[in-house]
Amino acid sequence: MGEHGEFGFPASQIGIRRRARSSIAVIGNPNSGKSTLFNRLTGLRQTTGNYPGVTVEKHVGVADLGTSAVELIDLPGIYCLSGESADEQIAVDVLLGRVPDMPAPAGLLVVVDSTHMYQGLYLLEQLLELRLPTMVALTMSDVALAAGLSVDLPALQARLGGIPVCEVSATSGHGMEELRQALASLSSTAPPAYPQSWPELSRGAEILSGRTGGGLARIDVIQGLLHPGSDPDRVLCDALGEEAVRSSRDELFGSAPPQAVEARTRYRWVQGVLAQAQFHTPLLARMNARLVRWINRPWPATLGFFAVMVLMFQAVFSWATPLMDVIDVAASGLGQWVTLRFGDGVASSFVADGVIAGVGSVIVFLPQILILFLFIIVLEDSGYLARAAFLMDRLMRSVGLSGQSVIPMLSSFACAVPAIMATRVIPDRRDRIATILAAPFMTCSARLPIYALLIAAFVPNQAVGWFNLQGLVLFGLYLLGIAGGLVTARLLKSSALKGPKPQFMLALPEFRWPNLQTVAIKLMDRARIFLKRAGTVIFAVAVVVWALAYFPRLDAPALPAERAPVAAAQASAPAADQQAANQLAQSWLGRAGRSLEPLFTPLGWDWRVASAVIAGFPAREVVVAVMGTIYAVGSNADEASLASRLRAATWPDGRLIFTLPMALGMMVFYALCLQCAATVATIRRETNSWRWPLFAWTYMTVVAYLAALMVYQLGTFLVP
Amino acid sequence: MTLADLKPGQSARIEAIDTSTAAVVRLMVLGLVEGVDVRFQHAAIGGDPLEVSVYGSSISIRKEQARQFRIAESPDGG
Repeated sequence: MGEHGEFGFPASQIGIRRRARSSIAVIGNPNSGKSTLFNRLTGLRQTTGNYPGVTVEKHVGVADLGTSAVELIDLPGIYCLSGESADEQIAVDVLLGRVPDMPAPAGLLVVVDSTHMYQGLYLLEQLLELRLPTMVALTMSDVALAAGLSVDLPALQARLGGIPVCEVSATSGHGMEELRQALASLSSTAPPAYPQSWPELSRGAEILSGRTGGGLARIDVIQGLLHPGSDPDRVLCDALGEEAVRSSRDELFGSAPPQAVEARTRYRWVQGVLAQAQFHTPLLARMNARLVRWINRPWPATLGFFAVMVLMFQAVFSWATPLMDVIDVAASGLGQWVTLRFGDGVASSFVADGVIAGVGSVIVFLPQILILFLFIIVLEDSGYLARAAFLMDRLMRSVGLSGQSVIPMLSSFACAVPAIMATRVIPDRRDRIATILAAPFMTCSARLPIYALLIAAFVPNQAVGWFNLQGLVLFGLYLLGIAGGLVTARLLKSSALKGPKPQFMLALPEFRWPNLQTVAIKLMDRARIFLKRAGTVIFAVAVVVWALAYFPRLDAPALPAERAPVAAAQASAPAADQQAANQLAQSWLGRAGRSLEPLFTPLGWDWRVASAVIAGFPAREVVVAVMGTIYAVGSNADEASLASRLRAATWPDGRLIFTLPMALGMMVFYALCLQCAATVATIRRETNSWRWPLFAWTYMTVVAYLAALMVYQLGTFLVP
Repeated sequence: MTLADLKPGQSARIEAIDTSTAAVVRLMVLGLVEGVDVRFQHAAIGGDPLEVSVYGSSISIRKEQARQFRIAESPDGG
C-alpha cells in the first residue's frame, strides 16, 4: 500500500478508517469497458450497495484468480481526478481513501480502452501519482484491431515506467488468463516510479510533501495545487502556509488555470507516446463506418431517436402481454383454489383477497417493467443515451437545463428512483435538483397498470386515421408527463434555482453491441429490486388495505337500506356480491373514503375511488390492487372483470361513476401526482434535505388535483 | 478562425485556447489542447451543439465554447 494510505488527510477529515481488508479499485474512463471487465472477472460473486451517506451505487465483487482471490471495487468512470459531479467525487474519494469505513485501495486496475488510449493514458498518468501498485488492462483489443489500431506493448510499458500492461477483450475472453495472473501478483508489485508526463509537478509535490513531514502525501499536495479554493487546497495551505503554496503554483502553472496547464503538459506527452507505441493501419472506409456516419447526421439521428422511443413503448405493451396473461391467470387461479380449498373465513380471505390479489396484481407488471428496463439498459450500454443527450441538448436548453438531464429523464420512463440517482452525473447542484424534480413527472412503469386498466375500460378501441384511439390517449399521457416535467424545470430554473447557464460537454461513445453478461446482471438486479418491493412495501400496503376493507365485520347478512347506500345501486348484483359491497361500505376503508368524498366529488370520484387513491399514496401501483379489492371483495379480482365492474359502478342516484371525462381526469391525476414513497425518500437522500421532497410532493399533488378537476369539469360540460 | 467555423467533415489543428472559462478547461481535460488535430463531424438540428472528434474520440461541445478554440485549417482537411 502506498504511504498516503497511512497518512493522507488529518484524521478529522478522513473519518474512521478501519484497517479492514482492502481491495483493488477498478478505475477508468466512462465507457471504457470497465464494468464489462469487472463482470467478467467477478461473475455473480458481486454485491451492489451504497456508499455511506450518498446513493451512488457501490459495486464490489470477488475475482477468482485460481490459487487466490481478490476483492475488486468497480468505481464510476472518470476522466481526471477533479471530481466535478457527485459520481466522479465518490470515485476520487475512494481512490484517495477519504470514504469513512473504507480503507484506501491496495492497488489499481486501470482500464484503458484501446480505441481511446488518448484519454485513458491521461487518466493513468494522474493515477500514477497515487503511488499505489498499478496495472493496466487494455480493453477492446478486438475492436481496436478491427479498426486498424495496434499497440507496441513493450514500448508502451517502457513509457509507463514498467507497470504490467495486459491486452484483453472482455467480450471474447482473450487475454483474461494473463490479466488474472498479473492481478494475483499486483499487491506484491512495487509502487510505480514517477509518471513521465510531468516530472516537474511530481518532483515539486514530492518536495512539498517532504516539508509536511509526511503529513501530506504527494497526491494530496498535487490535488491541492491543481484545485485552488478546494478542500485539499485549504489543507495544503494549513500545512505549508499560503505563501509557499502560491509561489509553487506560480512556478508550475504561471498565470493559466492549473488544470489547463496540466491538460496541455500531460496530453503533449500522451501524444508522443501514441506516436511511438500505437500504429494505425488505415482501412478502407467500410460500409459500416459510412452507415454510422450517415445515421449520425442531424435529421436521421433525431428521427432515429424518436423511432427508438416509439419502438420502446410499443414493445412494452405488445411483447409483455402473453407473459402478463400467464401471471394473471396463475394468480387468479391460485386465489380461487385457496377460496375453494379453505372456504371464505378470515384466513382464507386474507390469503386470497389480500395477499394473492394484492401482490399478484402488481407482479403482473413485472414483464412490462423488465422490458422497459431492458431497453434502457441496452441503450445505456450501447452508448446511445449519450447520443440522445447530444440530440436533445437544444430542447433542454430552452427550459434552462442541458442535454445531460436527458439521460435521467429517459430512465425515468422505467422508474424515477434510479433516474434520480442517475442525476449525480450533473455537475451543477441547481441543474441537478431541477432535473430531480422534473424526473418524477415522466410516466414511470408503475403508472402503466392504472392507464392500462382505465384505457381498456373507457376509451373506445377505434381507429383514428393510422392510429388507434387507445394508443393515442396513452401517448398523450406520456406527452403530458414530459410537458409537466419540462414546465416544472423551466419554472424552477427561472426562480428558486436560478443560476449560470449550464454547460454541456460530454464524450460521445460510438455505438457498441451491448455486452450480454452486463445487461443480464443489471436486469436481474432490477427484477430483484422490483420483487423485493412487491414482497415488502406493496405486500404490506395490500395487507393493510385488505384489513381496512375487511373489518369491522357485518353482524347480520340483511341490512337496513340506509346503512348500505351501495346496495340500492347494485340491486341487480347477486346476493353475495351485494353483501360484500355492504360490508365494504361500512368497513374502515369505506368510512374513511366516505368522509373524504366531498373533497373528491368535484373530480367525479365516489368514496371507493377516493379510498383507492388514498391507499395508493405510498406506492401508486397498489391502486389497481385496491380497486380490485374494493370492487371485487368476495369474487376474483382479475382485470377484465374489474374493468366491467368499473363500467357498471353507479352513484346512489343511478348515474354512472366512471364516465369518459372522469376516467380521463383520473389518468391525468395519475400522470402528474407523486404517489411514490420510494421517490420521496430518494429525493430526500439525494438533496440531503426534506425541503425538496416536501415541495415536490405538495406541488405535484396540487397540480394533479387541479388538472383532474379541470379535465372532469370541462369534459362534463362539453359532453353532458 | 475558430472551431465553431468548421464545416462538417473538416479537420483543423488547435492553435490557441482562451482558458478564461471553466467550461473550456473541462474540454481541455477531455483532450482538446493546443497542437492536436480535431475533426468537426456534424451538429445537432439547429447547428448546436457540435460533435468534434480528437484521436478517434467524439466529444459534444456547444458553439459558445467552440468559439474559444482558435484553429488553423489542416492541409488535408475537407
